[in-house]
Amino acid sequence: MNTLKIARYQLRDVMRSRWVLLYGIFFLLMTDALFRFGGSGERVLLSLMNVVLIAIPLVAIVLGTMYLYGSREFTELLLTQPVRRRSLFLGLFTGLALPMSVAFVLGTGLPFWAHGGLAGGTGSSLLLLLGTGVGLTLIFASLAFLIALSTEDRIRGLGISLGVWVFFTVVFNGLVMLAIYMLADYPMEKPVLALSLLNPIDLGRILLLLSFDISALMGFTGAVFRRFFGSGLGQGVAIGAMAAWVVIPFALGLRSFHRKNF
Amino acid sequence: MGMIRIHDLSHRYGRLQVLDALELEIQGGRCTAILGPNGAGKTTLVKCILGLVRPDSGRITIDGERVGDDPEYRRRIGYMPQIARYPENLTAREIIQMIRDLRGNPDDTDESLVHDLRVDGELDKPFRTLSGGNRQKVSAVLAFLFRPGILFLDEPTAGLDPVTSSVLKDRVKQERDAGRTIVLTSHVMSEVEELADSVVYLLDGRIHFEESVAELIGTSGEMNLERAIARRITARVVA
Repeated sequence: MNTLKIARYQLRDVMRSRWVLLYGIFFLLMTDALFRFGGSGERVLLSLMNVVLIAIPLVAIVLGTMYLYGSREFTELLLTQPVRRRSLFLGLFTGLALPMSVAFVLGTGLPFWAHGGLAGGTGSSLLLLLGTGVGLTLIFASLAFLIALSTEDRIRGLGISLGVWVFFTVVFNGLVMLAIYMLADYPMEKPVLALSLLNPIDLGRILLLLSFDISALMGFTGAVFRRFFGSGLGQGVAIGAMAAWVVIPFALGLRSFHRKNF
Repeated sequence: MGMIRIHDLSHRYGRLQVLDALELEIQGGRCTAILGPNGAGKTTLVKCILGLVRPDSGRITIDGERVGDDPEYRRRIGYMPQIARYPENLTAREIIQMIRDLRGNPDDTDESLVHDLRVDGELDKPFRTLSGGNRQKVSAVLAFLFRPGILFLDEPTAGLDPVTSSVLKDRVKQERDAGRTIVLTSHVMSEVEELADSVVYLLDGRIHFEESVAELIGTSGEMNLERAIARRITARVVA
């Protein structure tokens, strides 16, 4: 399998460029510190949630964009070998998404294990947090690839990446709130529900808060979500929407890679 | 063997018509130089043959086999790019091994250039520490490694010192005499004169002229290829 061969070497390159190590250490120190200061596993999870929802998309989209630009010439060289474009795309993606996911999972999981934070019901919540983090890694790495493939200018590409991150982190919720405020006289539940499916970070937040069962932090979209679906079905819908977010940008990236003129 | 036929090849980038219904036949077993001013479509033409650029229309065949989605035809091709950049943290040895893996680890590879270009000592250093010249030598090693029937060399000696440049040129001649097809782009006319059998001159995405090197120099009455080409182009413009 050419995909695996390419991924193996890309992986080696990424691992040697230490930023993945730093990324893992960041989660390790953060989680460990939260345990030392905060105590119980549940509270640590809650604090970690915000880090996961903000830091992972940012790092994945910025590093992903830079990574693809950085391997441009090498990509060209590999495309002159008897290699299918699809294999190469998958290899490049794996070379980025796999080490990032592993660094996050180990960096967060190990302190939990070391501090015995898995006692009680937190085990499944931790699993959900790790899953959400990996999902967001895949989503924002795919978006990064899509951006880097459609923009030749590196600075502009990086700017678009940051813009997309700001949009999903800050602007999106602002717009939702604005819409709710402006249209306060109308029933807004269903439109808001639909809107929340369009933001992977919001989906991640809803997914985690439904599991932690803390309605005070849920925000408008989360509250609507729970009321509409109930906790169980709500989680199912959120996971399904996240899965769609993983698949669609990836498929679009693959298509654009397939058609691209290098 | 190694004949490349290009039929009605067109490609545009935005408003710029880079290749304009280009017709060309590159003979097998010879060295053909593709020349032309910047932006004439040289690189795009080569990239179309390599499959890096998907042309808007037209057909390319190598020995009758159409160049398309199936990447297998590239097994017969060696390519030396003009700018060579590799994963910064890997070593040249690892890159060579990777390309070998991708080609299914054939036994009869040719690593003589590693020694001839004197890159032995650089193979285990990470790429980010290699100079431009040494990166280029690694590209040359990779291009010749699998004894390809068709070689694409994009400005092969730019940035090389005279000694390695000579070694590389000798190697190109050797391959040409062994019946390989070589497609060369270069700005150094003395190099083209030394290596190429014929010249294809591109202008605005079309072939301006196509002639053997001997003929070009012979009919022009000039003493070298550079002068002969210059005369040929200005003559056309005046006429």
